[in-house]
Amino acid sequence: MPFKYFGKINFTPYTKVDKFADYLHEGKLMGTQCTKCGERYFPPRADCLACMSDSVEWVEYSGEGTLLSFTKIYIAPKGFEDIAPYILGVVDLKEGGRLISWIKDIPDEEIKMDMPVKVVPRIFEEIEEIKLYYTIEKP
Amino acid sequence: MAVNIFSKQVRHLKVGIVGIGHGKFGNRSDATVQELAFEPFKQAIEDTKNLRREDIDALVVGSVPEYHMQRSLPGVVAEYVGMNPQSTWLTEAACGSGSAAIRTAYMAIKSGMHDIVAVIGVQKMRELSTEEILALMGRVGDVQWESIFGTTFPGYYALYANRHMHEFGTTKEQMALVAVKNHHYGSMNPNAFFQKEVSLERVICSDDVAFPVNVLDCCANADGAACVIMTNETLAKKFVDTPIWFTGLGSASAQMSVLRRPNLVEIPSAIEAAKQAYVQSGIKASDIQVAEVHDCFTIAEIMAYENLGFCAKGKGGKFIEEKQSYIGGSTPVNVDGGLKAKGHPVGATGVSMTTEIVKQLRGDAGKRQVSGAEIGLTHNVGGIGQYTFVHILRR
Ligand SMILES: [Zn+2]
Repeated sequence: MPFKYFGKINFTPYTKVDKFADYLHEGKLMGTQCTKCGERYFPPRADCLACMSDSVEWVEYSGEGTLLSFTKIYIAPKGFEDIAPYILGVVDLKEGGRLISWIKDIPDEEIKMDMPVKVVPRIFEEIEEIKLYYTIEKP
Repeated sequence: MAVNIFSKQVRHLKVGIVGIGHGKFGNRSDATVQELAFEPFKQAIEDTKNLRREDIDALVVGSVPEYHMQRSLPGVVAEYVGMNPQSTWLTEAACGSGSAAIRTAYMAIKSGMHDIVAVIGVQKMRELSTEEILALMGRVGDVQWESIFGTTFPGYYALYANRHMHEFGTTKEQMALVAVKNHHYGSMNPNAFFQKEVSLERVICSDDVAFPVNVLDCCANADGAACVIMTNETLAKKFVDTPIWFTGLGSASAQMSVLRRPNLVEIPSAIEAAKQAYVQSGIKASDIQVAEVHDCFTIAEIMAYENLGFCAKGKGGKFIEEKQSYIGGSTPVNVDGGLKAKGHPVGATGVSMTTEIVKQLRGDAGKRQVSGAEIGLTHNVGGIGQYTFVHILRR
């Protein structure tokens, strides 16, 4: 499962952390952890920011977190016009680290700062090509 | 031309600005990028006393290359403005490219490698099709983990704005007041893209771009160019009666990705760059009498007030509400209209800010003059805060 399958549009088909896409396809949200100093990373990194070790291992994330901020995008960039307007959220993950994604199935008026959320691995089902992503949902 | 750099002792000499030029910003479909660059370059030379083009020994161009059809900009600009065979190069730090160019010019003069350096900030953003602009717009953040979800420039600032509103009670009205102020001053600036006042209601009722950011909370893409000519203390007096000196040049970076930033209510690179500039200048924020800050979005100006120390953290909304950033307030900010009214030709912006501070410190700013200003500041942010340059200038 090459990394090019990650995202509605993928700009970086090559990366040292391309196993992320395999795991996501299996329904797992994975980050990396430095084998030397124990620092965890989401988004995953192949190289440790803290100690510069290039030895990291995969660790599973629960997907639980809280909503740090959100916005509703009305003017979308190329390739996203068909889904606009869409709501983007930033989630502080329970195990550390952060991600940005679409908020799914939560009515606008119920979206609140710092609310608990759950990040769920997903596959675009309406298109033939395999496209993996994750969404921010109610826990 | 300065060739014997190893025999010179110049590091103790101040570096200052002896000439400025500023072209018309806006939709400049009448000119190529090099023709835009020529306008302020000519003005800057004419702004000096007797400086000849051949006295200038290097040209630094500040620009973001991906907007232009023409590749390798310094080549075409140096040829068109008549700077061959002098040294020329490009600096790029996204929307901070102009100030990055000034920083490298300062280093070149301070080291003795060059004596007189021209800096041209230039950008033609309306050369690309809407289609191409929308594609570029989709790649402003980290493309591996963020752009794949359709993030946008206004979207990132919307994330800041929403969090700032949540943590400090900042309101959409306060953000809109920044636009009202900047368009007020822009109405007095003949080089501005927009020279009309806007009402609070119009800003608040303007179209949604990325909640809570409306279209009139955003600056506009524009074409334009600005130029400054810099030299050392020994030479400066030959070319101008009132050189404007650099007393502090702060520069810092922050994480490309908002996912790795400490929080979403401040720009850490701005805080760090400001600290450096104040220490180098031996002054504090309250000593600044006029400032040009990077108001690419109205929330960006509110965060700038705080990050530069013009007010306490979280009090930026109050600061504009109390008109503290108007002429007559505690720190007048963007009294040339800012990016908001001038338009934002990304590579030109930092140089444009610098020309305004020079005008203010010379006492040449006309209707928008901050009376008696002797110390001014520029704050130029690249991208969504990846780079910030804070320069302090003094009469
Ligand atoms: Zn480590």
